[in-house]
Formats: sequence, structure tokens, C-alpha cells
Amino acid sequence: MRTIKRMIAVMCCLILTAGTVTAFADDGFSTSYTYGYDYWEDYQESPDAYRVRTIVDTSSLGLANLDNQSFRKPQSLFVDGKDLYVCDTGNNRIIQLRVNNKNQFKVTRIITTVTADATNYELAETYYSKAEEYEAAINARVAAEEKLAELTGTESENSEKETPAETEQTETPAEETPAEEAEQPREEVGEGATAENSQPQEEKTASNEEIDAATLALEEAKEKEEQIHQEAIEAEERLKASGCNIWQYEAWHRDENGNVVSQLDAPYDVAVDSLGNIFIADTNNCRIVKMDKDCNLIWEYTKPLDATFDQSQNFLPKKIVVDVAERVYGLCQNINKGLVKFEEDGTFSGFIGANEVSVSMTDYIWKRYFQTKEQRAQTANFVPTEYENIYIDEDGFIYATTTVFSEGDLKWDKAKPIRRLNSLGKDILIKNDHYPPIGDLNWVSGSEATGPSKFVDITVLNDGMYVALDRIRGRLFGYDSQGVMLWAFGTKGNVDGAFNGAISIEHMGHDLLVLDQLKNNITVFEPTEYGSTIYSAIETYQKGEYDESAVLWQDVLKLNTNYTLAFRGIGQAVMRQNKFSEAMEWFKMAHDRESYGRAFKLYRKEWVEKNIWWIILVVAALLIIPLVIGRSKKMKWEVIMHEHSKVRK
Amino acid sequence: MSIAKSASKSMKPARNLSARAEKRKAWRSRYFASLKYSLYVITHPFDGFWDLIHEKRGTIAAANTFLILFLITRVLKLLLTSFQFIMAPVQYINIFEEMGSLALPFIILCLANWAMTTLFDGKGRFKDIYMAMCYALVPYILIQIPMILVSNMLTYEEGSFYSVLLSFSVIWCVFLVFVGLMQIHDYGPGKTFIFLIVTVFGAAVIIFLLLVFFSLLQDALSYFLSLYREIVFRLN
Repeated sequence: MRTIKRMIAVMCCLILTAGTVTAFADDGFSTSYTYGYDYWEDYQESPDAYRVRTIVDTSSLGLANLDNQSFRKPQSLFVDGKDLYVCDTGNNRIIQLRVNNKNQFKVTRIITTVTADATNYELAETYYSKAEEYEAAINARVAAEEKLAELTGTESENSEKETPAETEQTETPAEETPAEEAEQPREEVGEGATAENSQPQEEKTASNEEIDAATLALEEAKEKEEQIHQEAIEAEERLKASGCNIWQYEAWHRDENGNVVSQLDAPYDVAVDSLGNIFIADTNNCRIVKMDKDCNLIWEYTKPLDATFDQSQNFLPKKIVVDVAERVYGLCQNINKGLVKFEEDGTFSGFIGANEVSVSMTDYIWKRYFQTKEQRAQTANFVPTEYENIYIDEDGFIYATTTVFSEGDLKWDKAKPIRRLNSLGKDILIKNDHYPPIGDLNWVSGSEATGPSKFVDITVLNDGMYVALDRIRGRLFGYDSQGVMLWAFGTKGNVDGAFNGAISIEHMGHDLLVLDQLKNNITVFEPTEYGSTIYSAIETYQKGEYDESAVLWQDVLKLNTNYTLAFRGIGQAVMRQNKFSEAMEWFKMAHDRESYGRAFKLYRKEWVEKNIWWIILVVAALLIIPLVIGRSKKMKWEVIMHEHSKVRK
Repeated sequence: MSIAKSASKSMKPARNLSARAEKRKAWRSRYFASLKYSLYVITHPFDGFWDLIHEKRGTIAAANTFLILFLITRVLKLLLTSFQFIMAPVQYINIFEEMGSLALPFIILCLANWAMTTLFDGKGRFKDIYMAMCYALVPYILIQIPMILVSNMLTYEEGSFYSVLLSFSVIWCVFLVFVGLMQIHDYGPGKTFIFLIVTVFGAAVIIFLLLVFFSLLQDALSYFLSLYREIVFRLN
């Protein structure tokens, strides 16, 4: 009976899928463009969830007429309402686009420079010129000392004054590296003692007048240094007291109109907060710029001078996100401690969300007990890896993707290519499907693409749905808030809807925008009927309108008979109508054990209540019949025994 | 005493009809007695296994029955257990493959055990080992077949009850294997344990030898095939 049912179901499926193929043939894509995975991790063809609406590129925007510069290696997108910001990194600019009612993108402005308040700049200028003068004075003093030493024949010595002077210098956000700083005191210790001894002995080697002149020059240099030092300290104090926001002084200059401007240099990412302030990861200028909507500087975030930040590394912010409290999180190149976090007032407050280092037991035992010290020193330490990209959702959770993991860890949910970080940096992504969100579940490694999906960017839609972009095969993977794959599509190639160097993804409502850094364009996808039905079904379900949602899921099933989420959604709705056995069927098709169990429990209860008399009857029969048989046998036996006893008597 | 033997006997022209019928009847009663005896074996393994061999209370026919029942149980379990507990990829399952993948290791392990214990004064013959191993499978059959039914009456949350009984059946079987080998070979528990491990290695060696044998056979065949082709080519 069941097999017949099953066969009928299969037949229905076949007929329905045949129908959908014809229904979606006019979409302009082969049906293998969109796909999904079934319970057995088998590839399942699906109708298209998205179609290409437009391609936004240099010519469609008319950039040639504006300033004759086409896109060059754009790196990032940011959507703020109807505004789209594109980081045209190769051209050192950010292009702001706006979508109009006809769904066309128009350039509203091109950001290339940041302007700052002139008074701030002057403060910074006097301070930095003082700092330069101070440096020159130090150099002059050192030269004078060297000359004197040459004349007297002693080794070059450093006066005691240099140590405090140098440390003073490094307090300023200049590009002094700690390595230089560290060398200074060491020389001091070694030579301070020897110099004092050797000076009086070898003084006679040069003529006295020359020595006198040199000593005088040294005195003068020292005096001048002292004076400038005082001035520099005063300037710095004034700078701090004034609330100056220029910290990366080298990046600023006055233009021909006398305005203080700073040219962006390879901006890799842009973000806009709720107040309209624009944040730019100005990577080659080693800073994150915070400016108001008219491009006036509000703050410059520069390299943290904190000891936790590796001072030998440059501060190269690649990706930034801003939360509702105006805190800035930056993903920096060569920094593997997690995201750099700046408070609202611009102070560095540490790292969050470091990739935890996973050490396997075998690895540990091998390293600890079987390797020599030299071997241990040579093998790499267990270092965490960097993230690839970050995105902040409506609730302030940061979604991070990582592309460094071993293939074997993927399906065991150890690799975690997509993470949702809470404020403590812990991954709290919900994974309720039987496989974690890892993109492709199985793959054929060919010449063009090898290995698993590598997510280069992620965007979070409303209702917690998220879409991750795979750079290996140019694919987009949509997941719902429970981590169940909604659809996957995309490919590599040159036609519309295919990518060569997909680098960034954003969304506007349910439309998806994908930036290609090699094709230098933005592909705008809009959901097809199939895609938007899925979305509205999920939305109505989350609103609690289960019956409406079931109707929508039925529509989805008409387009794709193998859609697990639809089975589950209808099952939930049917179960709410107290049709338990029907709900069980749906859940079974969805391979949802927990929900099936719940439906089955209710079904069992109902069944027992309905058949309680039969059950009692059967149980009674099972108990009574053997009892009766046993009794009768026993009686027979007793009778026989009685006869025997009679005989014996 | 096996089915095959009795079948071959029955093929012969009947000399004495009543004698043949009587023999068959005797065989049948012995067969059923040995089937029933398995219940004694699994509940009293020390006595049971000793008598199974030394008092000749077991039959190979019963052992074969248990092995076949075990394989059938296995397949039934995959196909009929509620999907809440076992998700078998039904579309990929090949019943005979599934059975073979259990029966073949079983036979190889018996063979390896026999090969190893014969060298170290084990008393059991191959027939005895095979019989004891098959009798040790009985708890698996007895528990798992009802559990298939029970699984369809349980919900996912009540699954612990199901899994506890399943693991109980397996533990029972392992215990029976251990005791059975101990009694057959007249070993102490320590020696039995060591020989259980040695048996696994022996099985690995057997598999290795089989693989080598077949690959060499393949090479030899391909050599002669190419030789033949060469000759044909030259003759033409």
C-alpha cells in the first residue's frame, strides 16, 4: 500500500517538475543555474531563485562623462537605504550611487578627499613642525658629539639626554618603530661607562682650539635641543587639549584654495552609520576615517599604541563595520587576534572574536612528547587565522567569514566558515540543519576551481537570512536564520549573472548586489517568483501566520517539489490543524526527526484514546488466556495426583 | 548433517522409504532441539557452549539458520526501523551487498580465529568455532527484531530507551563470543582476550593475502592475454 502511495508521489513529482521546467524556460537561464541539496547531500536542480535585473558598470553609470575614470579593482559595497557606496579602490575613491524609482543607479557623488578644520590642521602642523625641528636638533647634537668624539678620539657617545628625548618622540603618532626605540638604551648602558674613562686619556690627540670649538658647538646644540624640546611638549599639550582630530598628519595637505584636505589612498571598505556619518577604511594611509555626510573629518583612527597590538605591523584596515553605538570594528591585514575595536571616542579597546585555535589531542601529544626542542621551535605554532570579511546585522551581531581551514573539518562543523559573533566574540550562529552552512557540500575539483567554497563576503537580510558569496566558483548561498540552505546559484564566466572575481555582496531589500573586481561591475539580482514566494513564506511564518505561510509553501512546492523547507512549513501548519498523521507524512519527507517525533507523539496519544477498548481487550486476552490454560492444566494435574494418592492409600 | 547433505541424500533413489522418513524425522527433531538449545546457550553461556560442542547439542544447520536470520535482521532493521532512529539511504542500499558486507567478515574472522588457535593448542575445530559464533548472534536476533516494531511506536525523544536496548544486545553478543571461544578452545579468559586481538590481525592478513592474490591473478591473466594478442597480431 505504502509503495503504491510512494510511486504515485514520485509520479506526481515528475509531472510537477516537468511543469516547472516549461514554466521557467523564459527566465533566460538554464535550470541548472540554481540548485540545492537534499537530505542525502545530493545535488538537486531547482527553479531560479534570482534573475539578473541590471549590470551596473562604468558605461551604464556614465563615469566616462564625469571624470573619465572607469572602475578599477573595486573592493567593497555598502548599502544605506537607497544609497549604494562602491569602494573604487584602484582609483582611490568612493562612488556614491542612488537607486531611483525606475531601479536605475545614478551617481550622486564621488568621494576622493576628506576635508578637515583648518585650526586643527594648524595645531597639528605646529606640533609636527616642532617635532621635526626637535628631530633636527637631536641630529645636530648627535653630529656635534660625533665631531667632538672624532677629535678627541673617543667612540661616539650618546648623552644622557637622548633617552628621554627619544621616548618623548615615540609618544606622538609618528611612524617611529619600537625597534629603533629599543636599540637606544642598550647603547647607553654599554658605552656610558667606557666613555667616561677613555675621554681624559685621549684628549691630547687633537689640537686644543679645535676641541674647544667643538665643545662649544655641542653646548650650543644641547641648549637648542632643550629649548625645542620644551616647545614641542607645549605644542603637544595644546594639541591634546584642543580636541584635534588629525592624527595621521602625513596624509594631510593644503590644497590651492587653502582648504585642508586629505586624499584617500586605496580605500578598501566603507560603512555608514545611522546618523549618516561615513567611515572609510583608508588602507594605504593606515587609518580609518570617520567623517560627516559632507566629508568633514570627525575622527581619524590610527594604529593603536597599545601593547596588545603588534607594533612591528602596519595598521592596514581592510574591512570595517560600525555598530549602533558608533563603535568601529576593523579587520586588519596581518593581525590575527581578531577584530580591532575602537570605542565611540576613538580609543582602542582591544580585540574581539579571535579565531580560536583548535589543537587536536594527537597534535598536542606529538608536539609535546615526541618532538625535540629544535623541532618544536621550527614547526609553526598554533596560530589563529584572520577573517576574510565581516558584516554587522540589524541586531548588532557581527557575521564573519573565514577561508582558512582544513577541508576535513568542514562537515564536522569545526571549520565554521561563517560565524556570528556576539559582543564577547563567541560564535552563536544557529545551525539546525543536519549539515552546517559551508556552501557546497560536495565538489569536483577541476582546473578552474578546486576545493570547498571560500566565502569572500556575507550579507544579512531581514529575518536573519544571510547570503554568502563564494569566490572559488562565483556562487551565492542563501541560508535562513536556522542555517538551512534556501538556494544556491551563480557560476564563473563572462555572461550576465556569472562572475570572474566576485569580491563583495550587499542587499537592498531582497535584491542582491554582487561586485566583481575583475569585471569591474555590479550585478543586481532580483528574486524571481520562486525566490520571492520563499521569502514571503518565511516572513509570514515568522510573523506567526502559519496557515498563510502553508499556502505560500504550497506555491513553492508547485515550482520545486523537492523543497525541504516547504515540507517542513506545511507540516507545521498541518500539525496546528491537529492533522497529526498528515503532518507526520510531511515531516518524514522533510527528514525532520524532531518534528516528526512531536507529531507522532500526538498521533499516538490520539490513536490510543480512540482504540483504548481494543487495547484493553487485547491485553486482557493476552493475560487471561495463558492464565486460564495454566489453571486448567494445574487442575488436571491435581486431579491426576489425587487419583494417584487414592491408589497409594 | 547439514541441509545440503540431507538434500543430496534425498536425491538418491529411495531404497527404504520408511527408513528415510524416519531419518528425516530424527534429523528434524534434532534440528529443532538444537534451535531451542540456543536459548539455553545465551542464558547459561559457560555450560551452554561446553555442551554445545562436547555433548553435540548444536547443529550446523541451526548455526546456518542463525547466521541467515542475523543477516535478515540486519536488512530488516535498515528498511523497517522508524526513520527517527535510522536514516538509511534506501535509494542506495543493495540488500545483497549489505548482507555480504556482514557475512564475509564473519567468515573471515572465524577462519582467522581457527588458524590462530590451532597453532596455540586451541581445542576447537573450525566447525565448532563457526557454530559457537553463530549461536552467539542469537541475542542480536532476539532483541533487534522486536525493537524494529518498538521503534515504530516510539518518538524521537524516547530514543534513549531504544538505543540502550540496542547496545545491550550488542554487548550480550560480544560477551557470548568471548565465553564461547573460551569454552571451545579450553582457554583462560586472558588467553581468550589476547586471541581475540590476534584474530583481528589474522583477519587483516587474510584480507591482505586475498587482495594480493587477486591482483597477481589479474596481472598474470593480463600477461597471458597480451601474449595471445601479440601472437595473433604476428600471425596476421
